[in-house]
Amino acid sequence: MSQDVILEARGLSKEFKGFIAVKEVNLQVRRGTIHALIGPNGAGKSTVFNLLTKFLTPTRGQILYKGRDITAMRPADVALLGLVRSFQISAVFPHLSVLENVRVALQRPLGTSFHFWKSESSLANLRDRAMELIEAVNLTPWAHHTAAELPYGRKRALEIATTLALDPEVMLLDEPLAGMGHEDIERTAALIKRVSADRTILMVEHNLSVVAHLSDTITVLRRGEILAEGPYDVVSRNPQVMEAYMGTGEVGHA
Amino acid sequence: MAAKSHANPSQATIAVRQPGQDNASRLILVGLGLAAAVAAPFVLYPVFVMKVLCFALFACAFNLLIGFAGLLSFGHAAFFGGAAYITAHAAKVWGLSPEISILLGTAFAGLLGLAVGALAIRRQGIYFAMITLALSQMVFFMALQLKFTGGEDGIQGVPRGHLFGAIDLNDPLAMYYFVLAVFLIGFALIWRTVHSPFGQVLKAIRENEPRAISLGYRTERYKLLAFVLSASLAGLAGGTKSLVFQLASLTDVTWQMSGEVVLMTLLGGMGTLFGPVVGAGIVVTLESYLAGTNLPVPVVIGAIFVVCVLVFRRGIVGELQALMARRRKA
Ligand SMILES: Nc1ncnc2c1ncn2[C@@H]1O[C@H](COP(=O)(O)OP(=O)(O)O)[C@@H](O)[C@H]1O
Ligand SMILES: [Mg+2]
Repeated sequence: MSQDVILEARGLSKEFKGFIAVKEVNLQVRRGTIHALIGPNGAGKSTVFNLLTKFLTPTRGQILYKGRDITAMRPADVALLGLVRSFQISAVFPHLSVLENVRVALQRPLGTSFHFWKSESSLANLRDRAMELIEAVNLTPWAHHTAAELPYGRKRALEIATTLALDPEVMLLDEPLAGMGHEDIERTAALIKRVSADRTILMVEHNLSVVAHLSDTITVLRRGEILAEGPYDVVSRNPQVMEAYMGTGEVGHA
Repeated sequence: MAAKSHANPSQATIAVRQPGQDNASRLILVGLGLAAAVAAPFVLYPVFVMKVLCFALFACAFNLLIGFAGLLSFGHAAFFGGAAYITAHAAKVWGLSPEISILLGTAFAGLLGLAVGALAIRRQGIYFAMITLALSQMVFFMALQLKFTGGEDGIQGVPRGHLFGAIDLNDPLAMYYFVLAVFLIGFALIWRTVHSPFGQVLKAIRENEPRAISLGYRTERYKLLAFVLSASLAGLAGGTKSLVFQLASLTDVTWQMSGEVVLMTLLGGMGTLFGPVVGAGIVVTLESYLAGTNLPVPVVIGAIFVVCVLVFRRGIVGELQALMARRRKA
C-alpha cells in the first residue's frame, strides 16, 4: 500500500450566514486506504463532502487532489478527475430503469452525450458492463425495473453501482449503509472492501462495527472541527471522542 | 396499486418495461394517426387541421423542455411569434421561397433561444420561468415598436409562394401536406432527441441534477442545448403558421400565447410524446367551437383546464399510459 496523500484539505472552513459548519479542517486521505469520517449528527460531515467535491464553495481553505489545487473547480470537472461522490439522501434517477441508471454513468466516455440525432441503440454495447456492475451489487433481478420501485436499501446499492461505473480513483460515500437491512449491510460492506482494492475510499458512516472493520484511518468530527484522528483502536479509546460521540462510556463495539 | 400511485402523482407512468408489446401497440397507433392525418383535409377544413398541426408542433417543442429536461419556460411565444415575423418578412418583403423563409424563422428562434437560454439556464424553477417571461415580454415590446413588424396590424398578406420553386402552396391540399410534412419532421426530431444518448442525459438531469453533476456532466450545457432545440422547433411551428394564415401578428408573441402552450402540454400530458399533440388538438378545437358562441373563450378554457388538471393529473395521455401500465402489471 503506497502511503502518499491523494486528497487533502487545508484549513477548510464553511460558514452559512455566520454559522460555522466546518472550521479549519485539515484532512489527509492516503492513497489506497479506506478513511472514515465519523461524528454526531450535524457535525459537518456531509458539508465536508460537499466542499471536497465542490458542491459547496469553501469560505476559506484549500483542496488538493493528487497535489493539484482543485479549490476553484466545477463539481462536474472534479468528477471527471476521478473524485466521485455519492449522496446521503439516496440519489438515483427514479424514473429510469436500474440498467439506464448505470448506463448513463457509463456513456460519457463515448463522447456522444450531446448527440441528439443518434439512436439510443448506440449505447447498446454498454449493456454488458452495466449488467456486470448491477450483478456486483446483487440487483440483477431488478435490472429492468425503474429505480423508484426499489426498496430503500436497494437504491443505495444502485447508487454504489452507478458511482463505480465511473471507475473513480477516489470514492466518497456518504452513509452508504444507512437504511439497509442486516443482510444488505454485510453484502455492501464486503463490496466496499472489495472495490477498495484498487482505489481510495472516504466514507461517512454511523455503523461503527463496519467502520471499525473496514477503515484504516478514522477522523472524528465534532461541531465542524476535527476532534481526533487515527486507527480505530486509538480513536475509540480517546476520552474526548467517547464523550462527544457516544455521550457516555465508549465508542461502540467492534 | 391505484392508491399508491394516487399518493404520488409524480411517479412515472412507465413501470416494468416490455419493449416488444409497447412497440407493437405504438406502431399501430402511429399508423392510425398517420392515416387520419392524410385523410383529414377531406373531412375537416384544411386550415383548421393545419392550425392544429402548427400548435401541436409548438406544444411538442415546449414539452421537450418541460417534460424531458424539467425546465418550465414561460416565454415560448417569443420563439413562436418571433419566427412568424421573420418568416413573414422574408416571404413578403424579401420574396424568398417558403422553405427558406421558414428556415430563416427557425434559425432566428434558435439564436434567440441561445440568448434567452444562456441568461435563464443558471436559475432554477420559478426564477427560470420568470426570466423567460421577462425576456419574452421584451420581444413583445420590440414587436410592438419595430417598423418591420407592422405594430398592431402585424404583417398581412404574406404570400405562400412555391415550395422549392415548383409546388404552388396556394393550393390548400398542397399547403396541407407541406404543413403535415413539417410537423412530421419536427416530431421525428423530437422523438429522436428523446431517444438519443443526449436524451438519456437530459432525463437524468430532470430526475436528479446534483447526481448528474456528480457523474461528471456539466448540466447547464445540456440544458442549454435542450433550450435551443426547443426554441428552434417552436420557431419552426411559428414560421409555418405565418404561411398558413398568411399573417404574423402580435397575438403570437403575447404572454397569453406562452400560457396557452403550457396549457396544451399539461392537458395532454407533459413528458409523453403524444400528449402535447392531443392537448393542442383539444384546445384549438375548443377555441374554434367557442368562437361561434357567446361564451367567454378564455374563461371556459381556463375552467376546463382546471377540471382536467384536478381529474387527470398526468394529463390525458399520461393517465392513459398509467392505466395501460397498471393493466399490464395486473
Ligand atoms: N446549506 C446549508 N445552509 C445552512 N446550514 C447548513 C447547510 N448545510 C448544512 N448546514 C448546517 O451545517 C451543519 C452540518 O451539517 P451536515 O454537514 O449535514 O452534518 P452531518 O452530515 O455531519 O450530519 C448542520 O448544523 C446543518 O444544519
Ligand atoms: Mg450528513
